[in-house]
Amino acid sequence: MKFLDEFRDAAVVRPLVEQIRETITHPWTIMEVCGGQTHTIVRYGLDELLPREVTLVHGPGCPVCVTPIEMIDLAIELSKRAGLILCSFGDMLRVPGSTYDLFDARAVGADVRVVYSPLDALDLARREPSREVVFFAVGFETTAPTTAMAVHQAARLKIPNFSVIVAHVRVPPAIEAILSSDDNRVQGFLAAGHVCTVMGIDEYRPLVEKFKVPIIVTGFEPVDLLQGVAMCVAQLEQGRAEVENQYARAVRNEGNIIARDLMAEVFALVDRRWRGLDTLPKSAMALSDRYAAYDAIRRFGLTQAPANEPIECRAGEVLRGLLKPTQCPAFGSSCTPDHPLGAPMVSAEGACAAYFCAGRLAAVSATEAK
Amino acid sequence: MLGHGSGGRLTAELVSKVFLPALSNPLLDRLNDSAEVKVGPSRVVFTTDSFVVNPLRFPGGDIGSLAVNGTVNDLAVVGGQPIGLSAAFILEEGFPIAELKAIVQSMRTAAERAGVAVIAADTKVVEHGKADGLFITTSGIGVVAGSIELGPERIQVGDAVLVSGPIGDHGIAVMSAREGLEFQTTIVSDSAPLNGLVSQMLEGGGTIRCMRDPTRGGVATVINELAKSSGVEIVIEEMAVPVRHGVRAACEILGLDPLYVACEGRLVAIVHGADADRALAAMRDHPLGSDSCRIGTVTRSGAHRVLLRTAFGTTRLLDVLAGAQLPRIC
Amino acid sequence: MCLGIPGRIIRIADEQGLRMGEIDFGGVTRKVCLAYVPEAIVGDYAIVHAGFAISTVDEKEAARTLELAREIERQLTEEDES
Repeated sequence: MKFLDEFRDAAVVRPLVEQIRETITHPWTIMEVCGGQTHTIVRYGLDELLPREVTLVHGPGCPVCVTPIEMIDLAIELSKRAGLILCSFGDMLRVPGSTYDLFDARAVGADVRVVYSPLDALDLARREPSREVVFFAVGFETTAPTTAMAVHQAARLKIPNFSVIVAHVRVPPAIEAILSSDDNRVQGFLAAGHVCTVMGIDEYRPLVEKFKVPIIVTGFEPVDLLQGVAMCVAQLEQGRAEVENQYARAVRNEGNIIARDLMAEVFALVDRRWRGLDTLPKSAMALSDRYAAYDAIRRFGLTQAPANEPIECRAGEVLRGLLKPTQCPAFGSSCTPDHPLGAPMVSAEGACAAYFCAGRLAAVSATEAK
Repeated sequence: MLGHGSGGRLTAELVSKVFLPALSNPLLDRLNDSAEVKVGPSRVVFTTDSFVVNPLRFPGGDIGSLAVNGTVNDLAVVGGQPIGLSAAFILEEGFPIAELKAIVQSMRTAAERAGVAVIAADTKVVEHGKADGLFITTSGIGVVAGSIELGPERIQVGDAVLVSGPIGDHGIAVMSAREGLEFQTTIVSDSAPLNGLVSQMLEGGGTIRCMRDPTRGGVATVINELAKSSGVEIVIEEMAVPVRHGVRAACEILGLDPLYVACEGRLVAIVHGADADRALAAMRDHPLGSDSCRIGTVTRSGAHRVLLRTAFGTTRLLDVLAGAQLPRIC
Repeated sequence: MCLGIPGRIIRIADEQGLRMGEIDFGGVTRKVCLAYVPEAIVGDYAIVHAGFAISTVDEKEAARTLELAREIERQLTEEDES
């Protein structure tokens, strides 16, 4: 596949790893913000290739992991309403709410359907005019424009039986929260390339200036991530702190203005408590007054009852890079991918699930080494 | 709470925690694709499977052909030549007769291709909404020739892991027809009866230890089953696994790993290391095995796991998934 | 987040007032919304996420990124040889 295969070429990856080895003189802790980046690192074993001096920490850029537990509960509640169809990305189906998840809801008869795009949910609403269709809109700034367009279309075409639960969040507040923490250990960031195709890279300059950490915007293929690490290490070794764009083939510095304009029309920024983290100001999106009629929570008169995680779940510390999943007492015992306590153990790109797989690999090898 | 039927770790849990404790017996406990009993001098194999695919028709087949081929294959991979199938239909009230006729015709065509007949059948009608349109359960009996010995207990270090063709075609074909995920592709289901291919392999393929047909959960799941049953470690070379361009593209868009995507007309065979080439030649000689290749090796005993070696030389655990693999945006 | 896959635009059409297109991912094609890439034309590559093209692929930059990596290879080889 063009523009994919070339960036997975082992022959291109090897010199990048060499370059990092040659440049590095000091241990550095680098966080990759985005779950998609984590997924690539785990899938290709990129951390195995990197010199020991580089510690990669998986960040909170996993929308599945940070979607408030209350919103999952609301989605589950709605899905059980007679006649209502709840549409969701596949990622969300096994993320535990307070009691169970959307998959369980489906098992007891709720009409929960996986869609690839919010436009699919809108199409469904058009095809089934007698049924209410609710789209569970999760994701960062990459996905927000897709929801915005679906809502905008619904309004334009006057489709009454479509509504959304908006759970979109922004990356910069999460980076700021991590860097502001007293026990922060992250020295450089690999920022999410697809988020930046929409938002551009300027939002990261104030962060770099305030906290003096390098932020490299990267793509999602092995070449991209390793080049991003190389660029980050180079800055750290040279004592620089700048925003750099590794993903120039897809990210323009100014981002996608049309997408941002529509987002500004359809959404308003609100404060939100991220699952596992604190309330981050202006970190999330809600429908603007103009589009309030499409807000599922409003339409169905739901109230968000505050819910709590099982006490044992330390997802918050993991998401901030303060705790390694393996250091969590529940890890591997009461919390496994089959019976997750929190979101990072569920998601294909969640830090806990990633460690679980890697850990089982190491554990068997360690046993044999004895 | 069920969510357990998708072929992954949760299904395995259901089997080990609910079904086996209640029904346990030496034959069932082996958890083979088919169970073997002696009837007089004959080795008879018996299997059953239910088919609940959605949508009912998809590029390359339908629930009918799937139901026939699936059961023929469960018999074939334990070395059984199929003698007869039974088919039980659970239909929703109001199911269109024309559609039912097409599905049954498809079963007939599939049965003829496999050289087997449906010798018993049953039909039940349930309330609308209770059966996703139509469920079909097929059971099959076959006979195993006296000289054939297959099973995971025969697997040894140094054995080769072979696959009979490109993986994931069926899963992607079905998904392409599924509402909410539609995409256009030339990929069709690989659903096919494997008894002819298996015969050829057993005749001229050297020492074959055992075979499995990967269905739900894909190749990764059956290889894990074999590793766990036999207690060995198996290493799969990612670059050696055959995947069609269209399957790869669909998997990229949906965020799926082809190793977990269903097949319905492929087999995984573990063969004596020294016989790998001979087995491949026998497989490639058959139309359903023309793209057969070697994808891995049994590397050591006592480890009960499957590893994947990537193009970069790194290694990761290729584990069983908890449940069905779902499309993702992340 | 953000599974975004590059594909080639093979058709553009207006559907219910929305700029839509068909994108070829190399063996699979799919309907994709092109409203966010109004400058894109048939033959261009776009990054597709959740059924939307969110950016076009700058082929020159793609080549440059790969060239940078290859340049490192050359430098390393020279160092080895010297």
